[in-house]
Amino acid sequence: MNLTLDGVHTHIGRYHILQGVDFQAPAGLTTMLLGRNGAGKTTTLRTIMGLWRASRGAIRLGERRLDGARASDVARAGVAYVPETMAIFSDLSVRENLLLAARAGAMDEARLDWIFGFFPALKTFWASRAGSLSGGQKQMLSIARALIEPRPLLLIDEPTKGLAPAIIDGLIACLKDVKERGATILLVEQNFRVAREVGDRVAVMDNGRIVHAGEMAALAEDAELQGRLLGLSLDSHQ
Amino acid sequence: MTPGARRPDLLPALTPLIVAAIAAPFIGSLPTFVTLTVASLAMGAMLFVMASGLTLAFGLMDVLNFGHGAFIAVGAFAATVVYQFAPHGSLATDLASFVAALAAAAVVCGFVGYVYERLLIAPVYGRHLEQILITIGGSIVIEQLLLALFGTEPLDLSPPAAFRGALVFGQIAVEKYRLVALGLGVLLYVLLLLVLSRTRIGLLIRAGVENREMVEALGYRIDRLFTAVFMAASALAGVGGVLWGLYQSQARAGMGADLLVLVFIVIIIGGLGSVTGCFLGATLVALIANYAGFLAPKLALVCNILLMVAVLLWRPRGLYPLGAK
Repeated sequence: MNLTLDGVHTHIGRYHILQGVDFQAPAGLTTMLLGRNGAGKTTTLRTIMGLWRASRGAIRLGERRLDGARASDVARAGVAYVPETMAIFSDLSVRENLLLAARAGAMDEARLDWIFGFFPALKTFWASRAGSLSGGQKQMLSIARALIEPRPLLLIDEPTKGLAPAIIDGLIACLKDVKERGATILLVEQNFRVAREVGDRVAVMDNGRIVHAGEMAALAEDAELQGRLLGLSLDSHQ
Repeated sequence: MTPGARRPDLLPALTPLIVAAIAAPFIGSLPTFVTLTVASLAMGAMLFVMASGLTLAFGLMDVLNFGHGAFIAVGAFAATVVYQFAPHGSLATDLASFVAALAAAAVVCGFVGYVYERLLIAPVYGRHLEQILITIGGSIVIEQLLLALFGTEPLDLSPPAAFRGALVFGQIAVEKYRLVALGLGVLLYVLLLLVLSRTRIGLLIRAGVENREMVEALGYRIDRLFTAVFMAASALAGVGGVLWGLYQSQARAGMGADLLVLVFIVIIIGGLGSVTGCFLGATLVALIANYAGFLAPKLALVCNILLMVAVLLWRPRGLYPLGAK
């Protein structure tokens, strides 16, 4: 399903963070949301998720309006969210974290095996308290929680932050496979190797607005555009 | 041990034994020590029932409900109404009346809790100062309603005949009712643990205590969970009120407010949101109250406040904080 943001504004207290965000994450593709720190990427994801209320504009998943909906209704509309903070339930076990995310009830064993294929540590620590996991394992759990049931749209906020390269490779393989299964992914990412490898489309934010939207490959090949939009060169981040 | 598996933190669980071991030489007489200890365990069980709902509601909803005590009183008065009409005289009828009183208290307090949460708490989520003011106001309204409905004199709430008297073991006498209260407290503790660990609603409550926003982002209505937990918390307070009323042999409109300081000490010592911590905190508070009450009656409450200070210096988030790394 397409995700469409049309003139979305978000205020947090006195601050006007999103100032008319327009972009589309096409169905079945991975759209990278890039930008400098403080550009509004996380706020965009949280606004889509309903964790912050859009003060103006429209957010649509397919034909369904999401703006103004509660986060629980957004989730039930088919949106899975992996926050930057991971937000795992540390007092619950790995199994309990995933069980809670499986709203339909029992977990699908085949899907669980598919997840274990990317994140084998979760099987090892199945009965362990999530709070006792390492940072990388917590991130795996946070992503697995979003994948435990098929969802049309995944919102993922900086999943590779602080992760070891081997774990990042597993994550890249996972994201590609999720896309192959038909999900739409909106991914905030600072790691440009990841962005280049998994991104189909890109939207670049600055000061609460989209300043560029297009093909990820085109951005990856245009050093001048990278420098202008991001102040960085993708080549220097490989 | 499985890598990363929980390592049981047993030290806090040993604190009641440590307190008992320290108190024993000062008390001297073994029968007195045993009597005081059993009385403490029974009082702890009752405090646990009254406080368990508050710790869940506080941990999950971050609500400072200073009106929790009013539900204790409502539960006790609900029991007096049941006892007015319930048959008694045999063990079976006494037991049936007791169960009916507990059920009535839970239902009435659950319903009052629903109205209270929707009317008073829901508009002030996340605003502690307003919560304190409005819940104190709510408790005053409920107390005044109880006074208007039942009069200003305390109502008799004696334990049924089957629970009166004592079991005597040599020089040690243990009141039957205390054993009933202790048994019920332990039963409710086990039930709560089972609900929290084996059911989806229990998982949601535990998860919600840690991160309400993420629970909502997983597709669950946290506001409905809040309401359900608040109703359960009120029902537990009501059941606790029945137990405490029978222990005191009376129901008074202000009985819950009198207990509120102890109840807050219990949940702070235990760790907000932790049922096991609450059980342990209630036991510790009751042991200190009874031992200190015997050795230095005027210092009983002061000793409990000192206990809270000592525990918080040792473990600033309580004995069994949730989400501890």
